[in-house]
Amino acid sequence: MKKFIQVFYVALILLFIYAPIFTLVLYSFVDTPIVSIQEALRIGFSFELYKKLFNDAALMTIVWDTLFLAFLAAVLATVLGTIGAIGIYYSRGKLGKSVSAASRIPVINAEIVTAVALVLLFAAIFTESRSYFAMVIGHLVITTPFVVLSVMPKLKQMDPNLYEAALDLGASPAKALFSVVLPEILPGVLSGFMLSITLSLDDYIISAYTKPAGFDTISTYVYGAMAKSNANSSLPALRALSAIIFVVIILVVVAKNVYTRKKEAK
Amino acid sequence: MTKEITPHEVAAGGANRKFKFAFSRKQLCIPYGLFLAMFVVLPLLLIVFHSFTDKNGGFSVDNFVRFFTSSTTLTTLIISVLIGFATTLICIIIAYPVAYILARSNLNKGGTLLMLFIMPMWINFVLRAMAMKDLLTLIGVFGFNNYVNVIIGMVYDYLPFMILPIYTVLIKMDKSLIEASLDLGASPFRTFTRITFPLSVSGIASGATMVFMPTMTCYVISDTFGNGLITIIGKLIDEQFTTFQNWNLGSAMALVLLVIMLVSMWVTGGFKSDDVRGTNL
Repeated sequence: MKKFIQVFYVALILLFIYAPIFTLVLYSFVDTPIVSIQEALRIGFSFELYKKLFNDAALMTIVWDTLFLAFLAAVLATVLGTIGAIGIYYSRGKLGKSVSAASRIPVINAEIVTAVALVLLFAAIFTESRSYFAMVIGHLVITTPFVVLSVMPKLKQMDPNLYEAALDLGASPAKALFSVVLPEILPGVLSGFMLSITLSLDDYIISAYTKPAGFDTISTYVYGAMAKSNANSSLPALRALSAIIFVVIILVVVAKNVYTRKKEAK
Repeated sequence: MTKEITPHEVAAGGANRKFKFAFSRKQLCIPYGLFLAMFVVLPLLLIVFHSFTDKNGGFSVDNFVRFFTSSTTLTTLIISVLIGFATTLICIIIAYPVAYILARSNLNKGGTLLMLFIMPMWINFVLRAMAMKDLLTLIGVFGFNNYVNVIIGMVYDYLPFMILPIYTVLIKMDKSLIEASLDLGASPFRTFTRITFPLSVSGIASGATMVFMPTMTCYVISDTFGNGLITIIGKLIDEQFTTFQNWNLGSAMALVLLVIMLVSMWVTGGFKSDDVRGTNL
């Protein structure tokens, strides 16, 4: 009985989480702005929305721009955050504490406050607060602290004698960091990188405030499309895009899961 | 690097060498420190500066007077806090049993079930909002009540952020305490209320921090689910910066929000940094 209640509850919440996603995937095969059963039965299933998506050059540019921005921000955030985390870990004094405290601000701060604060800064430095540079900086501000948070536990788990041993065996500090410390914390670095990518892809507010004129990310484009359209619909081709994104994410997560389980089995 | 070795350094031996290397590693936090000073701390100081000045740059508390005397802004603030509270509470009520089942029963063997619950975190939240809106439209309840719509949308988007920290705390909990409690004759219910639940409060606090602030400020959900009729505090700031171009008033609102954030951090006792957003998955 207890088991039954548990399974029932878990299934119910999973339904709540996945029903919208399945609806969206289902209606990505129905070429209509109106999401309703009658409409689906009247129009029938087709790949029309997918054709529209791939023939829409503007939309495809947005997809690639978004992916490139996320990749660029994640690479920079991973380098900056990993070096920062090592620095914070080894400096037990005031310097490390203050960097660590400042690093927490973007994590807990409301994104809108982070965004308008950056607008004030860039308006003060440059005449125009919007630029690709400003947008990349904005993405770094929200992603780098998470790289630090991912790397820090790995540094704490590491055997502190390893670094000393490398030095005693004649390695230079730089060599010791690269060949001894980095491999130890690599899982944290990688998960920080992945997290940065998803945070950057997920962002709306920072991009909306810093993006240069004419540039759109998937988030800003979808929000714009939803805001412009009527209460009950969104741009249909976006459903095809979302469906593809959902499937890719599911594949990546499943692959990662299978991979880690195989590794654990070894 | 060749350098003359002083007798003092020879006497200090290995300890001195260690100190010198520790110093060089410490310097690694300088680039990130400078980045944070420039792009996190300085911008916040600019917010404080703008909120206490008027359009001409003179000192003024007018922005705060306007904020706290306008019924529109005060109503918005109260509505935001209420929506934030409701969303956070519903998330806790839904997420706690999920996290508990995932952590304690054998349903989650190999972590697959946990994966299913937190996978939506990796999907763009605007797209997820769009999906939920489509579903609500499909079953014909969209537009029934704007507040209910907005809260459904927010719970949908932020639920994984509540499940994960509670799960982390429950899985890390020392199981021998529970066994001891049961061995000493406490009922499972009493063990839960006296041991498990109090020990998991830090996870709830972390989750609440991750849910409460965004729900008060992320106007994407309130805009798309509220038919444009529900304004939250984040939207008010947005309007001051985009529509009305009154950056001073907008900064004052942002500062009020910062203070609310600090107070809520103080109330929830901060958050455990290692269990947000799946940083250690």
